[in-house]
Amino acid sequence: MSELLRVEHLKKYFDTPRGLLHAVDDVSFSIERGETLGVVGESGCGKSTLGRCIVHLLEPTGGKIFFKDEDITNIRGERLKESRKSMQMIFQDPFSSLNPRMTVKSIIMEPMIIHKLHQGNEAAQEKAVLEIMETVGLAKRLIDSYPHELDGGRRQRIGIARALALEPEFIVCDEPVSALDVSIQAQILNLMRDLQEERNLTYIFITHDLSVVKHISDRICVMYLGNIVEQCPADKLFASQFHPYTQALLSAIPIAKINAKRERIILKGEITSPIDPEPGCRFAARCLYTKPECLEVQPDLKEVEDGHLVACHLY
Amino acid sequence: MDNVIEIKDLSIQYATDEGIVKAVNHLNLQLARGETLGLVGETGAGKTTTALGIMGLIPDPPGVITGGEILFEGTDLLKLSKQRLRAIRGNKISMIFQDPMTSLNPVVTVGDQIAESIRIHEKLSRAEAALKAKDMLELVGIPGDRYGEYPHQFSGGMKQRVIIAIALSCNPEVILADEPTTALDVTIQAQVLDLISKLKKEKNTSMILITHDLGVVVEICDKVAIMYAGEIVEYGSLEQIYDQTAHPYTKGLFGSIPDIEAKTSRLKPIPGLMPDPSNLPEGCSFEPRCERSCQLCKEENPPLIEIGNGHFVKCHNYGKVGEGEDV
Repeated sequence: MSELLRVEHLKKYFDTPRGLLHAVDDVSFSIERGETLGVVGESGCGKSTLGRCIVHLLEPTGGKIFFKDEDITNIRGERLKESRKSMQMIFQDPFSSLNPRMTVKSIIMEPMIIHKLHQGNEAAQEKAVLEIMETVGLAKRLIDSYPHELDGGRRQRIGIARALALEPEFIVCDEPVSALDVSIQAQILNLMRDLQEERNLTYIFITHDLSVVKHISDRICVMYLGNIVEQCPADKLFASQFHPYTQALLSAIPIAKINAKRERIILKGEITSPIDPEPGCRFAARCLYTKPECLEVQPDLKEVEDGHLVACHLY
Repeated sequence: MDNVIEIKDLSIQYATDEGIVKAVNHLNLQLARGETLGLVGETGAGKTTTALGIMGLIPDPPGVITGGEILFEGTDLLKLSKQRLRAIRGNKISMIFQDPMTSLNPVVTVGDQIAESIRIHEKLSRAEAALKAKDMLELVGIPGDRYGEYPHQFSGGMKQRVIIAIALSCNPEVILADEPTTALDVTIQAQVLDLISKLKKEKNTSMILITHDLGVVVEICDKVAIMYAGEIVEYGSLEQIYDQTAHPYTKGLFGSIPDIEAKTSRLKPIPGLMPDPSNLPEGCSFEPRCERSCQLCKEENPPLIEIGNGHFVKCHNYGKVGEGEDV
């Protein structure tokens, strides 16, 4: 496997009336080709901002992004447009991410028109649309339907079809199944996995749902208030967690089984403000093991076991 | 145990431009005193409509209760005058709504919103109601001196606590909780679930918990009812539903959840979609998606039958050849 994307010390701050909001604060990781990196965290931890920075929907405040060893942090104009062919995004809400005035056909065809795929030949483009629709499991008869005529599951399939239209290598998926019912969610997850196998796609899969992230990911990053607090292979994370936040997060997942044996750690309080954060560990205010050191020095992400990285002073 | 709420043959419809939407169809349900019942189903199954029916809050028009009875301690709520219903609603039966972001009034302080519901049902002076409201805030784990703050100063989890405080302020006998933790993060969800079960135990309140999350149900419920297209397709105790699952739809729901403890490469989703409630199939409403459908399923809607001590299932094929092999 070879490295496809690398993010180094990425930062994104937002200027708000109350101060500087540190949405993503010094995040580094890399993704191999064909891999799925799950990014998990609660609302406000910066996971969506991270995804948006990577595909250039937001401009990072600092840090660098490399795609195939090329620095793409500050590309503009034609080069940026060119990069869209290889990087696409699937959005969270299939109800608001599709233009209600466009038919299924025009939604999927639009990226082809913009990037002059199939030499602007409309018949060839329509053929390509039909092929993609078949790939994502949308019936041909829906080609002239409008999004409001379709249910959430089908709409999310359109969102996936649109992302696939340019045959990208890399897709950022921002909570692609969280707006869907479980039975439909399972259909979409299976579809995404099949597509990955067929086309050797690389995903960043952003979600708050730990059972979904475990199911789909090869490696997982756990985020808390703009930082990665733990990073490791998916099965390892569920076998042994090091960071106190990850431990609490995992113990809080309701499991649909009777007598699922585990001790629940109930965290005190709520997520602290990301605006002008205090020095020290961001999690210190809610942590069960806070030491004086935690309030002063922010812990670095360091390797504690093979491939298992944790940002915590306990290790 | 006696039943606090007994729903008999309830049907609720909405008249829309596209035709009549049958949201709830011949629903039967009992809630025993002190018990927590999980009402589980996907979007559009009729869970919220059922709860609104109990509260007498079905928007009319377009909603109409076309038949059945809702008995609360023996009295049929559907036959009560609006005034008498108002005395029960919020006082004896109260509801926790799904979305903490929109169910509080943004221009009234949280304390006053709790005091308001206390004063509607109890003859207390403003000062006494305010004092009681402060106690309620403390009960749900919010410092009493935040009485004068507005909803936007609270986080999602705290707003949901305020809503729980309002629902509990009159010591209701029944709480209808409509997806109380769906809008919250898991660590906050754990706190709120913990709080709900603690308060429920202290006050011996009965509760109907509406949710789509089978993991939440196992945390706090005693009984479970699985709803599909306006009907109950399976009903029983936690053990019966989770370990002796009988209905193909319930099995499908469990198969759709990624298992956090085991490594599975593919999920087993239920094929197809929920039927359009304005155009339900003639026979069993689950038949078009069911692996085991037969001619009888297409023609006749199966009745809810008891298959074991308090375990009900609505399926023609239960107990027939092949049963047990696909558990």
